[in-house]
Amino acid sequence: MELVTPAIGLVFWATVCFLIVLVILGKFAWKPILNAISEREKSIESALSMAEAAKEEMARLTSENDELLKQARIERDQILKEAKQMKDMIVNEAKDAAQVEGARMLERARLEIDNQKAIAMADVKNQVASLSLEIAEKILRKQFEDQKKQDALVADLLREVKLK
Amino acid sequence: MTNGTILNSKLFRIFFICAFFLVVATFSKSAVAQEKAPQGSEKKFDPQPLIMEHIGDSHFWPMAIPLVEEKLLPLPVILYTDKGLEVFSSGHLKDGATYQGNYYTYKLEENHIKVVEADGKISETIKPLDFSITRNTISMMVSLAIIMIVFLSVAASYRKRPGKAPKGLQSFMEPLVLFVRDDIALPNLGVKYTRYMPLLLTIFFFILLNNVLGIVPFFPGGYNLTGNIAITGVLAVIILLVVNFSANKHYWKHIFMPNPWWLFPIMIPVEIVSVFSKPIALMIRLFANITAGHIVGLSLICLIFIFRSFAISPVSVIFVTFMDCIELLVAFLQAYIFTLLSALFIGMAIQEHH
Repeated sequence: MELVTPAIGLVFWATVCFLIVLVILGKFAWKPILNAISEREKSIESALSMAEAAKEEMARLTSENDELLKQARIERDQILKEAKQMKDMIVNEAKDAAQVEGARMLERARLEIDNQKAIAMADVKNQVASLSLEIAEKILRKQFEDQKKQDALVADLLREVKLK
Repeated sequence: MTNGTILNSKLFRIFFICAFFLVVATFSKSAVAQEKAPQGSEKKFDPQPLIMEHIGDSHFWPMAIPLVEEKLLPLPVILYTDKGLEVFSSGHLKDGATYQGNYYTYKLEENHIKVVEADGKISETIKPLDFSITRNTISMMVSLAIIMIVFLSVAASYRKRPGKAPKGLQSFMEPLVLFVRDDIALPNLGVKYTRYMPLLLTIFFFILLNNVLGIVPFFPGGYNLTGNIAITGVLAVIILLVVNFSANKHYWKHIFMPNPWWLFPIMIPVEIVSVFSKPIALMIRLFANITAGHIVGLSLICLIFIFRSFAISPVSVIFVTFMDCIELLVAFLQAYIFTLLSALFIGMAIQEHH
């Protein structure tokens, strides 16, 4: 039948033309087109995954910042507390030291005063003694200026010695 | 892998729609055949030669609407005779005229160029091979040129704007290219799909464009290329060669070493037949679908001339419009099915495990 009998001419031309077009398109159209499409798909894919990663990184950074802030607050509080403690301690220590020092100075002053007092008393005693001796000497000298009185005394003394 | 792909619901739906429209097309065709049947008086219009003239090939290019005005552009005739090549214009053979070539005298009889012997009878012995640039050859070249221009320019715009969103013609073609890649090549061929993409894309767009141009009744359409057995045959042979040359050892083992050894005498011939039956099915399917569509469309138009009445024209127009819509669907569907089955056959030949 006419309709289902392939014509040799058309078979020949179809084969030649189709293969030529296949080779040309394969080289200059399909390959660049498919490469461009797959490259674009890859770039879109990578851009999306990069955006996702950036989002995650952002979230991570934010939470890290919060954590850091919290930590910093705690640390600050602790530092402040420590500082207060230190201050109190230093003040207390200073107070104690001042008290001790004051007490020591008082003690020393008292000792000094005592010493000075003792020295002064000793001095006064010496002076009183020498004065008393001088006075006694002077009185004795006055009393024993004339011979009679001396003799009277000696005689008196001797009388007492005899009684013993 | 391939089984799973065939049985998925999307493909089933497409096949179902296809089957439905084929049934519809068959019914309308038989209805037309019944109306055509009575051809009593000699005044009656006979649509068969007109339809066959359109469905078949020709050595002339019709320049005006047939039946209204006969205006034919002569095309080059190239004959390979036993004495050498003959090249002349088909205009010399118009209206049954004979032409004295370099070696023989030629005459056009029923669209075939025959050698006329000295006594005026057609020679039975000398049959030159006809390599003429016929109407179908020209339309094939035109359609291939259109495909080349379109896709080379699309490729150029990809090169010009790398990594950018598609624009213009590029954005019109990209979904089709992606359709072939993601819905035809990838599921059937797997990771090795890139090797076969040029072939599948070229076949898909070649069939699609010629199916669509076949529906258009004037230049650059108005022919029946994908409904020509020579064209579908060439495509099928290309698929046959690609399938068998890219086949791996599993494929050959499946054909020549069926599992239980006593099945050898039955299975080997069956498998060998199946190797050829697959591309033959491809060839027949495309040819029959497109030719049937053209015959139905033309028959509906011919109703006006059969009834010799303008009153029938609205009916014809409505039916033809309906048919053209179906043809548009069939045009896409047949391109899809041809490419899909090609990919499937190649995939079956290159897959690693059974």
